[in-house]
Amino acid sequence: MIALLLRDLNLAVRAGGGFGLALAFFLIVVVLVPFGVGPDSAILSAIAPGILWVGALLACLLSLDRIFALDHEDGSLDLLATAPIPLEGVVAMKAAAHWVTTGLPLTLAAPGLGMLLSLEPDAFGWQMLSLALGTPALSMIGTFGAALTVGLKRGGLLLSLLVLPLYVPTLIFGAELVARGADGMATATPLMMLAAITLATVALLPFAAAAAIRINLR
Amino acid sequence: MSLWEYANPVKFMRTSRALLPWFWGLTLVSLAVGLVWGFFLTPEAENFGSTVKIIYVHVPSALMAINAWLMMLVTSLIWLIRRHHVSALAARAAAPIGLTMTVIALITGAIWGEPMWGTYWAWDPRLTSFLILFLFYLGYIALWEAIENPDAAADLTSVLCLVGSVFAILSRYAVNFWNQGLHQGATMSLDKEENIANVYWLPLVITMVAFGLLFVTLVLVRTRTEIRARRIKALIARERMG
Amino acid sequence: MIPDLGKYAGAVLSSYAISLGLLILLVAFSVWRAARVRRQLEEVEARRKSDV
Repeated sequence: MIALLLRDLNLAVRAGGGFGLALAFFLIVVVLVPFGVGPDSAILSAIAPGILWVGALLACLLSLDRIFALDHEDGSLDLLATAPIPLEGVVAMKAAAHWVTTGLPLTLAAPGLGMLLSLEPDAFGWQMLSLALGTPALSMIGTFGAALTVGLKRGGLLLSLLVLPLYVPTLIFGAELVARGADGMATATPLMMLAAITLATVALLPFAAAAAIRINLR
Repeated sequence: MSLWEYANPVKFMRTSRALLPWFWGLTLVSLAVGLVWGFFLTPEAENFGSTVKIIYVHVPSALMAINAWLMMLVTSLIWLIRRHHVSALAARAAAPIGLTMTVIALITGAIWGEPMWGTYWAWDPRLTSFLILFLFYLGYIALWEAIENPDAAADLTSVLCLVGSVFAILSRYAVNFWNQGLHQGATMSLDKEENIANVYWLPLVITMVAFGLLFVTLVLVRTRTEIRARRIKALIARERMG
Repeated sequence: MIPDLGKYAGAVLSSYAISLGLLILLVAFSVWRAARVRRQLEEVEARRKSDV
């Protein structure tokens, strides 16, 4: 399983798109927002947590359809399905690789981009914490969506339509955590809910995603 | 004689053909009675004025929007566990009806909200939850349309329905937590003192029954269509083979 | 015939019109598709019988 994770990471790095593309997209979203709403720093700092979260979510979405598509095309997905390791493990590793190439860099880049949006300095820690806790759920849910649409020719748009509604709870609790943290209010509830969503998706969704892949490969 | 006999498509077609005229009749009668009563014969309410009449399309459609999803959840489970094709096709047949009900609930709610709250839309928990439900319906229908192989489509949409249900409930709580609402609480719960007055209650119950009957009727019609469409597909495939 | 709806007439009438309109569209589409698919099935069945 570790070998599989390393292989996926290797492929992502060699293809060049892995780390860079999601980050660049995230940067562009964040840069475009002030052009849209105006340079008033009071407004920007109020909406910064939300923008960072929505940006992270869209950047995540961008690379989802590649999780299984390449493996499906060259037939290695069939090999993985018949390999001795359980398909659930394969799915979890795919999600982990996706997280390392998108969620992790986004989390690390968040403070820098937060500065561009005049996010309050107090909130930097909360922003990183909430993204670090929430992006694994985004990757896992996205992997499930990718598993559903793996056999489809033009699955990209459909994938977004399927996955975005599933992102709602993560987004709400993630952004709420930052907003409360920045205001110095109690953060325990959104923090725990966010962690619970991530743990539950990581624990349960591999089974659903693996079931979907088995159906698609039948 | 067990319930599962109706999972046989032939049996289902025969029974539903016999039942359909009755369902059509009951639907039309109850819908006419409920809506005419609600629209013409109810008085104006103290703080709502005549907008109280919107309740007779708003509440039943909202109710059926949720119940349609529940029905899809149950039929999806039956398909996954017992592999009855009629069950999967019934779930497919129900989705567009649920979508329409959601749209009606959202639009009538917006029209009602404008004079009452001074705004067509507010990010209120109930309103937001319905918007999310609308997105779930769209995704579910789109997935059905996108997949060629009928059995794989039934399987994958069922899995999506199960996972989606969990996330829909989660969203409901998340949204509740995120914003306090303008929308009033349930008007119909049995254990509460301040239920709505009897003049409004009886026609509301009739319209709710009527929308339920309409839903059942349409599901029967559309499931019959899906069964026939499936048979056409199978026959054409056989012709090509031969 | 129509009861006096006061200043909310527009809201009440438009919500009824939109609801009924959407329901009628849904019913019409369902019935139309049912008829079309039934005709198609009869065609295909007839073709199959004539082949045998």
